[in-house]
Amino acid sequence: MTKFLLARFGSALLVLFGVSLLVFLLIHLIPGDPVEVMLGESSQPADRAALRHALGLDQPLYLQLLEYYRHLLSFDLGESLYSRRPITEIVLERLPATLELAVAGLCVALLVAVPLGTVAATRRGRAWDVGAMSFSMIGISIPNFLMGPLLILLFSLWLGWLPVSGRDEPAALVLPALTLGTALAAILSRMLRASLLEILGEDFIRTARAKGLTERVVIFRHALRNALLPVITLLGLQLGALLAGAVITETVFSWPGIGLLTIESIHRRDYPVVQACVLLISLGYVVVNAVTDLVYARLDPRIRFGDAAG
Amino acid sequence: MNEPLLRVEGLRTRFETRGGVLHPVDDVDFDIRRGETFTLLGESGCGKSMTALSIMRLIPAPAGRIVAGRVLLGGEDLLSLPEAAMRRVRGKRVAMIFQEPMTSLNPVLTIGEQIAESVRRHRGLKGAAATRVVLELLDAVGIADPEQRQREYPHQLSGGMKQRVMIAIALAGEPDLLIADEPTTALDVTIQAQVLALLRRLQRERGMAILLITHDLGVVSEMADQVAVMYAGQIVEQSARAPFFAAPGHPYSRKLFESLPEIEKRAQPLAVIPGAVPSLARAFTACRFADRCDFAWQTCREVVPRWIRVSDAQAARCHLLDAEAIQQAPEHAPRPPAHLAQRQRTPAPVAPLLEVDGLKVHFPIRHGLLKRTVGQVYAVDDVSFAIGRGRTFALVGESGCGKTTIGKSILQLIRPTAGSVRFDGEELTTLHGERLRRRRSDFQIIFQDPFSSMNPRMLVGDIVEEGMRALGLEPDPARRRARVEALLDQVGLPRDALRRYPHEFSGGQRQRICIARALAVNPRLLVCDEPTSALDISVQAQILNLLQRLQDEMGLSYLFITHNLSVVAYLADEVAVMYLGRIVEHGTVDEVLGNPRHPYTQALLSAIPVIDPSARREVIRLEGDLPSPARPPSGCHFHIRCPHATPQCRTHYPAVTRLGASHTVRCFLYEADDAAEAGC
Repeated sequence: MTKFLLARFGSALLVLFGVSLLVFLLIHLIPGDPVEVMLGESSQPADRAALRHALGLDQPLYLQLLEYYRHLLSFDLGESLYSRRPITEIVLERLPATLELAVAGLCVALLVAVPLGTVAATRRGRAWDVGAMSFSMIGISIPNFLMGPLLILLFSLWLGWLPVSGRDEPAALVLPALTLGTALAAILSRMLRASLLEILGEDFIRTARAKGLTERVVIFRHALRNALLPVITLLGLQLGALLAGAVITETVFSWPGIGLLTIESIHRRDYPVVQACVLLISLGYVVVNAVTDLVYARLDPRIRFGDAAG
Repeated sequence: MNEPLLRVEGLRTRFETRGGVLHPVDDVDFDIRRGETFTLLGESGCGKSMTALSIMRLIPAPAGRIVAGRVLLGGEDLLSLPEAAMRRVRGKRVAMIFQEPMTSLNPVLTIGEQIAESVRRHRGLKGAAATRVVLELLDAVGIADPEQRQREYPHQLSGGMKQRVMIAIALAGEPDLLIADEPTTALDVTIQAQVLALLRRLQRERGMAILLITHDLGVVSEMADQVAVMYAGQIVEQSARAPFFAAPGHPYSRKLFESLPEIEKRAQPLAVIPGAVPSLARAFTACRFADRCDFAWQTCREVVPRWIRVSDAQAARCHLLDAEAIQQAPEHAPRPPAHLAQRQRTPAPVAPLLEVDGLKVHFPIRHGLLKRTVGQVYAVDDVSFAIGRGRTFALVGESGCGKTTIGKSILQLIRPTAGSVRFDGEELTTLHGERLRRRRSDFQIIFQDPFSSMNPRMLVGDIVEEGMRALGLEPDPARRRARVEALLDQVGLPRDALRRYPHEFSGGQRQRICIARALAVNPRLLVCDEPTSALDISVQAQILNLLQRLQDEMGLSYLFITHNLSVVAYLADEVAVMYLGRIVEHGTVDEVLGNPRHPYTQALLSAIPVIDPSARREVIRLEGDLPSPARPPSGCHFHIRCPHATPQCRTHYPAVTRLGASHTVRCFLYEADDAAEAGC
């Protein structure tokens, strides 16, 4: 197990290195002069030179790279061009909001997807199945930028139950979490249904039934745990996307998280902040996927012990 | 007082499929008495497993449904019980084990937990008390170190161990009846012998009745008290064991015996059952076997035969046994079998076609992030043999012994690590690219599973033709087509097969297509990798006959890879027995099978269930499983399971000892003899 953890940690570090390198190069890959992009076409040459110097862009590339990693290792992400505050501070302010939203969205997704997928698989071909899968089709088809406003229209404007936007009261979390969660739930429930149907046809399910176990034990104890394995892989990928996809949802609900910060900073041409946000979102991806692998290993002994026996 | 434990009456199960409504179980009756072994014998698709699942009420719904009959367990009709009450019967009074121990256990739960689940459910025990029973059960099924094993997961156990665990689960409820559905079919023969012995011991100790489902006459002979033969959804013969094996009553039962490959039948083709099993979708108004029966007459095609008692202990559904019906039978001799031509054995020729010398195939085991090589699997370890022109050479061994790897490395589908493979004098291991590709027309392969070895989206005609096209053997399309048609004739398939897809054919027919595909490029050597082990006995006979005929007609050489020694006895000229990557004994079939000298060969031969009780030998029970070829034991690989092992065996690998003109063995037991003979 320790060996597995070390290997997993090592490969996560490798990916992180690659991602950070790409983020560093981002600014150099932009066509034209990045300083001009940041300051606008009408900027003064003197201002450009000053900014270029401030960003260290007048240095040779390898020096910039060394400098970048030196700062990165001491968690120094530089300074915002817009607010003149350290970026680390800004990001840390926004991070809890995004995490809160992601966790809430994930909970909604699982609470919807697991029962929905299970019901659909165990009542295959009947009304429940058709209903559940239609719901999931709708969930997949409606993009977040439409789902969000629809929910606001219904629950905030017509019914007046929930706040329209912001993060001033706990109830404000409900709508953005629902928006994020339903989209995820739609995909997960489909995956779970397919995977559960396959597992229910396996020999060991027949064994479980031949033991005289109740159908509930057969499904929850024997089938579901096996069926969740591929779902967890998908969840890992989707959760990463959830962090990135939150950009849209956070914008719709003016949710003060990393996504909104990214959008704001792009508008303000606050390049160092955008860079930090992209880095953070990628970091989220890597961490989530590493965690997924660990959960997978926890659930599946064949991975935990290494399938050397074959 | 003498009431049976289980009485099945008029059981009928229907199954809805896309092809229509089937009745895989169609009016089945039988009784099982307490403590006896009742075997249900039949070929695939005859409804024997469905009968078992119907008794357990585990027919997959909603497609399958029991539509008529009664299943009385101790007088209580299981079919009328509510589902909740039925669940208290399953696993408690009737338990079941299945064919595939590999997939019948839940991969994510420990085996201790999977047994404990049944203990908790049926004995109402919890915690430490349940764990104690689990350990007792593991001990009862002969699993060493139960304390450690109960914490392991299924993938950490071998196939034989998994089947033992399945049996432990079944025993947890202390059932009166154990249904065993082909419990040893997926296991190697030495492991099969272990599991059958275990079942017999448990039955004796616990007075449990066993319903044993099998297709293997040998297993029936070793295990059964009562035999029922099933054909196309019905039981056609029921008998006590002894009269059944002395004189099977139904023509179908007789055919099953005749189509078994055996050494005595070497000189002649095996008996085959013409045609195929009738579709269960149709309603039967006559004898189900009439169309394939050598003795059928008018009555058989018009009237459903009734049960006729041959003796107190034997009965069959056949008009032949009916004194009234037989009156109307025309005076006729049974139809003679298609061809009874005696085979001429090819004499051993001068230069061999294929010579394998010092062949080694090692696979690296890679581990970790950088895929370092941390060890080797010694799949094939220094193997040498030669195959003569027009001769059949058999490689025998249990799964994992490396026999398939040898086949593939001869064809250069896997490149050998070391050694030489010379075909007609030309070294193949150094051939590459285009030159090797050109040479491929000389050697072809037929695989074990005819279902997965053909591209399902290609027409049969294209499959057969592809090799000719790829090697440019017949550039003219019309002539190529004609040749494909000739090939289909040759392997006994209708010509319209050309424009059909593989899934439209039965297993035996598909294997014929694979043979036609291999023959298309005019090979001289055919590697047959377990070509009949996925097939039923009667279909196996057809394929073996076909291979024999093709060899006679075309002078083909066969490398026959198999675990089935009866097939070897029937078909092969020479045989090599493999254990863990090495050949331990080698000689002609008469030498090796008639006078086995290596302890492993002796154990392997004794483990095969034999039909004739008088010919039954003492089973040399091998303990334990085949070791992993990644960590082979030192010295002679067999020493840890060998009853004759000496300290020398643990440290040194014995050299080849010559016992006769062509009989060689690698065992220290014979080295001294050899030396003594040499001294004389």
